Amino acid sequence: MRRVTLKPGADLDGFRRAVRALAAAGVAPEEVAWTSEGDDLFGDAVPADLPAEAPPLSLPRELGQTIAEVVPHSDPERYGLLYGVIWRVTHGERAALQVASDPIVHRLDQMRKAVRRDIHKMHAYVRFRKVEGASPERFVAWFEPEHFILEVAAPFFEERFRSMLWTIVTPIGSVAWDGSRMSFGPPGTKRDAPGVDGFEAGWTDYYESTFNPARANPKLMRQHMAKKYWHNMPEAAAIPRLVRSASSRVEAMLDREASVPNKRAPEGALAAMLDQAPASLEELNAIIRSAGPLVPGATQAVVGEGPEGAGIAFVGEQPGDEEDLMGRPFVGPAGRLVDGALGEAGIERRDVYLTNAVKHFKFEQRGKRRIHSKPTAGEVSHYRWWLMRELDLVRPKLVVALGGTAVLALTGKSIPITRARGPAELLDGRRGFITVHPSYLLRLPDEKAKRSAYEAFVGDLVRVRELGGAGALAA
Amino acid sequence: MDEKVAHKLRVLADAAKYDASCASSGAPKRSAGKDGIGSTNKIGICHSYTPDGRCVSLLKILLTNYCLFDCAYCINRRSSNVDRARFSVKEVVDLTIAFYKRNYIEGLFLSSGIIRSPDYTMEQLVLVAKTLRQERGYRGHIHLNTIPEASPWLIKQAGLGDEQLSVNLELATEEGLKSYAPEKKAPTIRAAMGQMQERIAEAKEERRSFSPAGQSTQLIVGADAASDEDVLRTSAGLYSSYGLRRVYYSAFSPIPDTTAAVPAKSPPLQRENRLYQADWLLRHYGFAVDEIASASVGGMLDLDIDPKLAWALKNRARFPVDVNVGEREMLLRVPGLGARAVEKIVSARRHTRLRLDDIKRLSGSVKRALPFMITADHHPGSSIDRTDLRARLVPPAEQLSLFG
Repeated sequence: MRRVTLKPGADLDGFRRAVRALAAAGVAPEEVAWTSEGDDLFGDAVPADLPAEAPPLSLPRELGQTIAEVVPHSDPERYGLLYGVIWRVTHGERAALQVASDPIVHRLDQMRKAVRRDIHKMHAYVRFRKVEGASPERFVAWFEPEHFILEVAAPFFEERFRSMLWTIVTPIGSVAWDGSRMSFGPPGTKRDAPGVDGFEAGWTDYYESTFNPARANPKLMRQHMAKKYWHNMPEAAAIPRLVRSASSRVEAMLDREASVPNKRAPEGALAAMLDQAPASLEELNAIIRSAGPLVPGATQAVVGEGPEGAGIAFVGEQPGDEEDLMGRPFVGPAGRLVDGALGEAGIERRDVYLTNAVKHFKFEQRGKRRIHSKPTAGEVSHYRWWLMRELDLVRPKLVVALGGTAVLALTGKSIPITRARGPAELLDGRRGFITVHPSYLLRLPDEKAKRSAYEAFVGDLVRVRELGGAGALAA
Repeated sequence: MDEKVAHKLRVLADAAKYDASCASSGAPKRSAGKDGIGSTNKIGICHSYTPDGRCVSLLKILLTNYCLFDCAYCINRRSSNVDRARFSVKEVVDLTIAFYKRNYIEGLFLSSGIIRSPDYTMEQLVLVAKTLRQERGYRGHIHLNTIPEASPWLIKQAGLGDEQLSVNLELATEEGLKSYAPEKKAPTIRAAMGQMQERIAEAKEERRSFSPAGQSTQLIVGADAASDEDVLRTSAGLYSSYGLRRVYYSAFSPIPDTTAAVPAKSPPLQRENRLYQADWLLRHYGFAVDEIASASVGGMLDLDIDPKLAWALKNRARFPVDVNVGEREMLLRVPGLGARAVEKIVSARRHTRLRLDDIKRLSGSVKRALPFMITADHHPGSSIDRTDLRARLVPPAEQLSLFG
């Protein structure tokens, strides 16, 4: 018989070293006695007559996981059971774990579940108390786990309470977070945590109020939340009273006769409430201005500009750098180009309505410059609801889509401009005209191409004036 | 804690407790930033249980219980004489953070009575979420119960900070909605759900997150005349057309200050329980509504036995099933064998022949399964055809009353 002495608690490292040594020497499970009374010195995990270092075993991944999850269990037989299964797996029963109905596999599975449940309950039932007068604020909790789970359960608290200073004290050890590092320490007692917390009364109030006496089912509650946890949970003190009074509360409720409402029905308010769609461009713009940008960064929303009732509405892509700062559409380089082209086509800027498919500037910061970045299809459709209301209120005869994004916003489809250029039918049966975006003209590298593209653009604007513009000129 | 806030908390938690959904699960994994707090996991956590056996996971409150609507089943209807209160945005934010830091809760579930206008109310809800996320660096769970009548852009805004959204349909049929909630319109609620579904799909395509935990809704059972079959059809429709993650069923519960329009007695809680079981069969066991309905009486589920057993008793010709060779789909239909037990059976039988003792280790309720399955050492023989089989399988007549 060989004796393996592991450290108290969950000694996964020691167990691994012992298993390697035992397996390398071919020691059968029934020849090993496992104890966990060792002190903190390592080395006695491996029986003295076996080499201290042995090659790692190759085990199925699932078994490795089972070992890691069962080792924290408090049952003293756990190491022996695990070694028994390891032996079977390495001696011909490779798939032993797949037979969940096997008595030992079943028992290990139960232990694994118990450890998982214990970890889960620790995450759920730890109650921090604020240390009175501590600055910066500090929280301490006392908790009594059933198994040796402190180290596996602790990372959850680090992830969740990163900006908080906290300590959890248990009978098997303690763990503290100082804002940047987690450290494990010796066990403690209940007195290491503060005796009260200013929010516990409020929490208990909440707990009581959220309970519905008509559904009282204390048995079900105890299945989920065993009594052993109650003494460390402030709200549990209310349970006996809530259960006792539940039936009388319900009876009192049922006995009471249906009450007569003592308030008048506010029909007027209700009607006004149901009719809340913006009724004017001004109201709509107020809503747009108060809504935050979809992609953070923009200075402000840039709403449309021009008279209600304008014959022609131009829809661009989105505000650029200058538009974002000034809060007006088409005032940057592309805007100045549009001004010029409108003039050459015989259209007055103040007679038409100018707006964008997307109302906020989206950009990438490169050094000190903000580089325009194209809105995605989702962003375009997010803003479409506003654009459509806007056009409903302006009621133009013709809507001009400048560039691909505007086409997507107004038709719901992305169509190449070269193919769709000219008159077009838009969503909701609106009359439209598709042409390039002025910034496209600015980007053309070659002067000659730029010139001819500009002329084509002016040509388009002349057709636009003829199709929808008579009203605009007359206005 | 300030006594004024404590009073509001009592009133507004009491007013919110009739909403059954309290799930904090389904959100993607997320942990606190360097200067923040809050994390979410795939599986939610119940931080406590009330004596009704229900999970306390989220701080479930109303922003206010003042309401313009007059829904008969609702304690907060405008004509009810209950105490009224209203939280400020800051109070809700502070309370959420204080509770969260003490590990009382997984996050916030915020709903509201409708004040001033649906849009105004929705804006206030969104403001709470924004303040928590942007000013407090909070990354825990937030669930907003959206106001169906609010404008589409607000609902869009609400989903953008990865909040979970829900709209309560409350009553399963349109007639029910008309007579008990005169101001609520089924098409409005359905339209809001449709919009959310569209947003979620769109965001998935663009890898943006929009309500990553999906949407859910609640149906109140027993306040109107809708049968279980009606309710389940509504659910199946919601699952398929709106990609809902969960439908919650809430047995109508008598409320203080009731009106003559609703029944004073609540339906047995068992009905709610059976609906959850049937819902589970729809989602995880490959059952169709018609199959479940075929085992019901006049569209109502059998209260004494679970719907899976009810179906098996109606379809005895398809049993017994041999656990060592039977198809997975049929094993799932054996009463007493859950989805997990079936997985284990299918995996284990590749290596061994399963005996009754093996099955006992895998299933907690093997007694119910006995007449319907064959193992290496068990055959039910003709017991499947006994006329008194149902009576023998009904659990002892323990009246499941309100205080069971």
